[in-house]
Amino acid sequence: MNPANYLYVASLLFTIGAVGVLVRRNAIVVFMCVELMLNAANLAFVTFAHLNGNIDGQVVAFFVMVVAAAEVVVGLAIIVAIFRTRRSASVDDPNLLKY
Amino acid sequence: MIHVLLASSQPVVETSTSTGQAVAFWILAPLAVVSAVLVVVSRKSVHSAIWMALTMIILAIFFLMEGAYFLGIVQIVVYTGAVMMLFLFVLMLVGVDASDSLVETLRGQRWLAILLGLGLGGLLVGAIGQVTFRGALGTTAAEAEAGGHLQAIAEAIFTKYVYAFEVTSALLITAAVGAMVLAHRELLAPRKTQRQQSIERFKDGTHPTPFPSPGVFARHNAVGTPALLPDGSTSDASIPASLRSRGAKRSGGLTALEPVDDTAEGGEQ
Repeated sequence: MNPANYLYVASLLFTIGAVGVLVRRNAIVVFMCVELMLNAANLAFVTFAHLNGNIDGQVVAFFVMVVAAAEVVVGLAIIVAIFRTRRSASVDDPNLLKY
Repeated sequence: MIHVLLASSQPVVETSTSTGQAVAFWILAPLAVVSAVLVVVSRKSVHSAIWMALTMIILAIFFLMEGAYFLGIVQIVVYTGAVMMLFLFVLMLVGVDASDSLVETLRGQRWLAILLGLGLGGLLVGAIGQVTFRGALGTTAAEAEAGGHLQAIAEAIFTKYVYAFEVTSALLITAAVGAMVLAHRELLAPRKTQRQQSIERFKDGTHPTPFPSPGVFARHNAVGTPALLPDGSTSDASIPASLRSRGAKRSGGLTALEPVDDTAEGGEQ
C-alpha cells in the first residue's frame, strides 16, 4: 500500500463534510460536519508529517484539535442560546437579519 | 535502540507499508468513508453523532498507524471523549425532538451542493493523484534526535511553537468565558415558588389537577400509551409533550382492547 493513500481518505472525508455543511439544516449536524472537515485536515497533516519525516505536521494537528475544541464549546453555546429564544435548531430559522 | 540506529544511518524511505498496516487500512478506510456519509444522511441527529464518533475513532487508529501515538490518544480523549459527549449533551438539550425538515428553502440547493462536492472531491483526489510521492520517511529519525516521540512533540511545542501555544491558552480561556456568557440566562422576574405556581394554576382554571398518567387504563403501561377517558377515547394530556412532538404516541382508545400491534412502534416518522 502506498503510504500516501491516507491523503485520499482525508480528501474524501473533507468533501463529505463540506457537502454535509451545505445540505443539512439541523445546526448540530452542520457542526458535526465542520468537525469532520477539521478531522480530515488533521489526517492530512499527520500523513504529511509521516511522509516527510517531520514532527511539525503532528504539532499543527495538535493545535487544530485545541482550536476545534474551543470552537465546539462556543458554537454549541450559541446553538443553545438560539434554541432558547427561537425554539429551533434549524439553520433556516434565524433569519431576522434577512430583510 | 532502533531509533538510535535509524538516526545514525541514512533515513530509510519506506515506499510501501507493511501488510498488516495495508490490511488495516483497506478495512478501516472504507468504513471511515461510509460512516462519514452516514453522518450526513442520517435523519436523526443522534444517529449522526454515533457515526461521527465511529469516524473519529477510525481516524485515531489511522494516527496510531502512522506513528502519531500522542495524537491518536489525544484524538480519542478529546474528540470521542469530550467533544462528542458535548454534542450529545446539546442534542439532549435541543435536538432530540427537533426533526430535520426536508423542505428545501432554496430550490435545487441540495443537488447543487452534491455537484459541488463531487467537483471538490474530484479536484482533490486528482491533485493528489498527480503528485509522485517518494514514499514515507517516517518520523522515527526526527524523534530519535529528541530522544523519543513525546519528547520530540514537547520540544516542538515548547520551543518552535511556544508563541502559538501561549495564544492557545488565551483562546481556551476566551472560549470558556464565551460559553459561560452565552449560556447564562438573566432572571427577569423572581423565581416562582410552588405556592405561586399552584395559585396560578387554579386562577386560569383550565387544568388545576395533575395530568393523568399515561397508560393507566390501557393495556400497555408504557409512557407512550395514552390514558383512556371514561368514554373510551384517549387523553392527549397523559403523554409527555416531548413524546407527542416526536410522534411516539402509541395507539390507544378502544382499539387497545384488540391485540396490540407491536410493530407499530413509535418514533419513526
